Amino acid sequence: MKYKAIIAFTCAMGLLIVGCGKSGSKDHVPGVLTGGVSIDGSSTVFPITEAVAEEFGKVHPRVRVTVGISGTGGGFKRYAAGETDICDASRPIKQREIDKASENNVAFIELPVAFDGLSVVVSRKNDWVDYLTVDELHRIWMPESTINTWKDIRPEWPAKTINLFGPGTDSGTFDYFTEAINGKSQYCRSDFSKSEDDNVLVQGVAGDKYALGFFGFAYYIENTNKLKVVPIDNGEGAVTPTETTINNGTYQPLSRPIFIYVNPASVQQPQVDAFVRFYLEKAPELVSEVGYVPLPQLVYQLCLKRYSSGITGSVFSNRNTVGLKIEDLLPE
Amino acid sequence: MTGDNSGFSSGLKRRRKIENIFRIISLTITWVSVIILLVLLTHVTLQGFQRLNLGFLQNFPSRFPDKAGLKSALYGSIWLISLIFLISVPLGTASAIYLEEYGKKGILGKFIEINIANLAGVPSIVYGILGLAIFVRFMGLGRSVLAGSLTMSLLILPVIIMAAREALRAVPQSVRHGAYALGATRWQTIIHHVLPASTPGILTGVILAMSRAIGETAPLIMIGALTYVAFIPEGPMDSFTALPIQIFNWASRPQAEFQTVAAAGIIVLLGVLLLMNAAAVIIRNYFQRKYKW
Amino acid sequence: MGMTERSIIAGSKRVYLKEKAIAGFLLLCAMVSVVTTAGIVIVLLYESVGFFKEVSIIKFLFGTRWEPLLEPRSFGVLPLLSGTLMIVVGSALIALPIGVLTAVYLSQYAEDRTRTILKPVLEILAGIPTVVYGYFALTFISPLLRQVFPSTHVFNALSASIVVGIMILPMVASLCDDAIRAVPNTLKQGGYALGATPFEVITQVIIPGAFSGIMASFILAVSRAFGETMAVTLAAGATPNLTINPLESIQTMTAYIVQVSLGDTPAGGTEYQTIFAVGALLFFVTLLMNIIANRVMHHFREVYE
Repeated sequence: MKYKAIIAFTCAMGLLIVGCGKSGSKDHVPGVLTGGVSIDGSSTVFPITEAVAEEFGKVHPRVRVTVGISGTGGGFKRYAAGETDICDASRPIKQREIDKASENNVAFIELPVAFDGLSVVVSRKNDWVDYLTVDELHRIWMPESTINTWKDIRPEWPAKTINLFGPGTDSGTFDYFTEAINGKSQYCRSDFSKSEDDNVLVQGVAGDKYALGFFGFAYYIENTNKLKVVPIDNGEGAVTPTETTINNGTYQPLSRPIFIYVNPASVQQPQVDAFVRFYLEKAPELVSEVGYVPLPQLVYQLCLKRYSSGITGSVFSNRNTVGLKIEDLLPE
Repeated sequence: MTGDNSGFSSGLKRRRKIENIFRIISLTITWVSVIILLVLLTHVTLQGFQRLNLGFLQNFPSRFPDKAGLKSALYGSIWLISLIFLISVPLGTASAIYLEEYGKKGILGKFIEINIANLAGVPSIVYGILGLAIFVRFMGLGRSVLAGSLTMSLLILPVIIMAAREALRAVPQSVRHGAYALGATRWQTIIHHVLPASTPGILTGVILAMSRAIGETAPLIMIGALTYVAFIPEGPMDSFTALPIQIFNWASRPQAEFQTVAAAGIIVLLGVLLLMNAAAVIIRNYFQRKYKW
Repeated sequence: MGMTERSIIAGSKRVYLKEKAIAGFLLLCAMVSVVTTAGIVIVLLYESVGFFKEVSIIKFLFGTRWEPLLEPRSFGVLPLLSGTLMIVVGSALIALPIGVLTAVYLSQYAEDRTRTILKPVLEILAGIPTVVYGYFALTFISPLLRQVFPSTHVFNALSASIVVGIMILPMVASLCDDAIRAVPNTLKQGGYALGATPFEVITQVIIPGAFSGIMASFILAVSRAFGETMAVTLAAGATPNLTINPLESIQTMTAYIVQVSLGDTPAGGTEYQTIFAVGALLFFVTLLMNIIANRVMHHFREVYE
């Protein structure tokens, strides 16, 4: 009878999926890591974490790593709720996030993984911007800003509306930029195109002659054929973000460390532990490949030590780290 | 009688001219659809064809456009479709049976009918919101294949119910009456006569509903499927990605190489849809020959 | 009259119960759709109520500034609504004329050979996933527009409207085709008998006769455009913008919901609730449109039966 065939078919399909999926997961080969690592957070840090996850997958193909881009704020919210093992963050954890985490008995190990030179970009077709001073940036981006056209910044520039692009308020990049340029985190004018997805920003700026945007250095480096980076003058001459200037701290105030925050409870699982160690080990190489600036080797060693000792708590939070050296902040 | 039209001018010449103009305009405009389809398919094929190779299907997504592949998306979609099938087909068929065989005259039946008609028109993203609130948060299923399947099942349920009803309706009453005359109960006629006869129609409808489900992106984004996923789901509670999500992900990246990869993904997706629709047509034709009432 | 009868009666009772149980089970299955509707309404309203405690509904519906995240926050939904409306109007301008004319041509002029090509073409266009349309808008239509109108932004409303128009075109064509076919042939023949040209029969007999069906198809297509998500997310932009310039970047209600969920704001907080407030607006508008369309279609069916 026909319907029996249908039922049989359905059962067969069911077994097929289960069979397909569970192929081998029952046979636990000792030494082969399985399990999951759940990561979410900053879209700025994402390219590094994605690269690490991809390389990690080659060594441990059975471990299931997922990486989300909810933004630093969104990532911390999920992390504090215990939903993720690792939070990608392009800014240090904030006090209220620390409080939220401790409410849920979630601790964190803070690990800087790279330097980012937050880049201010314009389209390749923009031929008048040679540099911008920090003061000019502040005047553009402050709340109640009166600057609407390029001419408002400097009279010799075109009298065309500036189209501003930036990450959204869940973004650590946004937090850091507003703190460095406007003095207070999230203190900013509101009429700009926002997106958590840096790719949207890249496309928006690249295609618009009169656009101005900011995001992590890696997104600029990936698209130098479409974007032009604006050198920033912090009082000592215009500095273009490059690996050197970010590393030696002359690209200010927009050089900053970016982090991952690891849940010590998750570290009990061997695959998470392996992943974090792999991250710190491969960071120097992958960070450069992705386009960010690796930290000094010493710092990575300090991080590894810190991680191995399971030291929790933040040394970057609640202070203005603009201009400080990481080695000084991390205890030996 | 035929020659002199002086009092009455039908303006035939002008009217014929208008007629011809209109005919040409509507002809041209009609073929616009064909042209658009051709342009779309050509564009996508040209963009993506170079990227299509076996490796594309076997690789996981990567930050390198030339290494990126569809493996996790393909398996994710297979998982999704399978679960959706298992959930929505019995549910949809049972609902259709009730509405067609049991509930036709009651107020309850009418009420359910209205509901289904309305649900068919609800935007897919609202289903996503529902799925997020109920399956992901309230029931705590998280961003799993199960949550995605449940959400999508609700989305296509109205489609399946309507198709199943059509199929049930197409079975002549004489079949049912014959069974009743022989003393069969209502359920016996349904399970032994009506349902087998309507199965091809239901199956066709199911395949078409599945092809809709494979291409839907918005509800899956809402429940959180848009992450970097480089593995095959091993159970219904695993995270996942799916074909349209992966395409969306690649299309959102600004590098031109990723646009090419997205186009290749689209070719695969369209290919899958083509297969499914072809299967539906074949089934329909085969059984149309078998069941000639 | 002994064992046989008693066993028959006993059997019937069991059978009767079994039948009732099955009927009950089937009813439960059918009720799932009712539960779904109830679920949608409850979920949307529950969170929206929380939202409207914080934000006045007047400010929501009539405010012109949508800034849910940055201070000073403002929850006026008009920019999102205007974004959606731009897409809806733009796509309607494309799909409705082409759809009606296609239906007219198919039913009045076309030979069978043309129908066998066009019907499948329309079905294929209808079956293409929306993400593909979004991709098409982003990589083909937008660059094309920028060559014609240099001031077009990378993300703009026009590109998305065109693509959504293509998407709903098959729906209009097919529903209008049904409506036109439902006009009794006698009316058409009557027109020809009186010496009318096909054009005159179409405009003065058929279209008025199929009018409610055509109207219904318009409303349904518009409702579909209202709820469209992927094409607009990829191509129209993420800038809530109260403008009538289709070359600018805008944000629709649906694209906003996607944007917030990408940032995954967990439960609680006014931002999270905006998903539900905007979702509720979207749901009720499309529901209203669908109900009206169904009413219109019923009306038209009655006239000829």
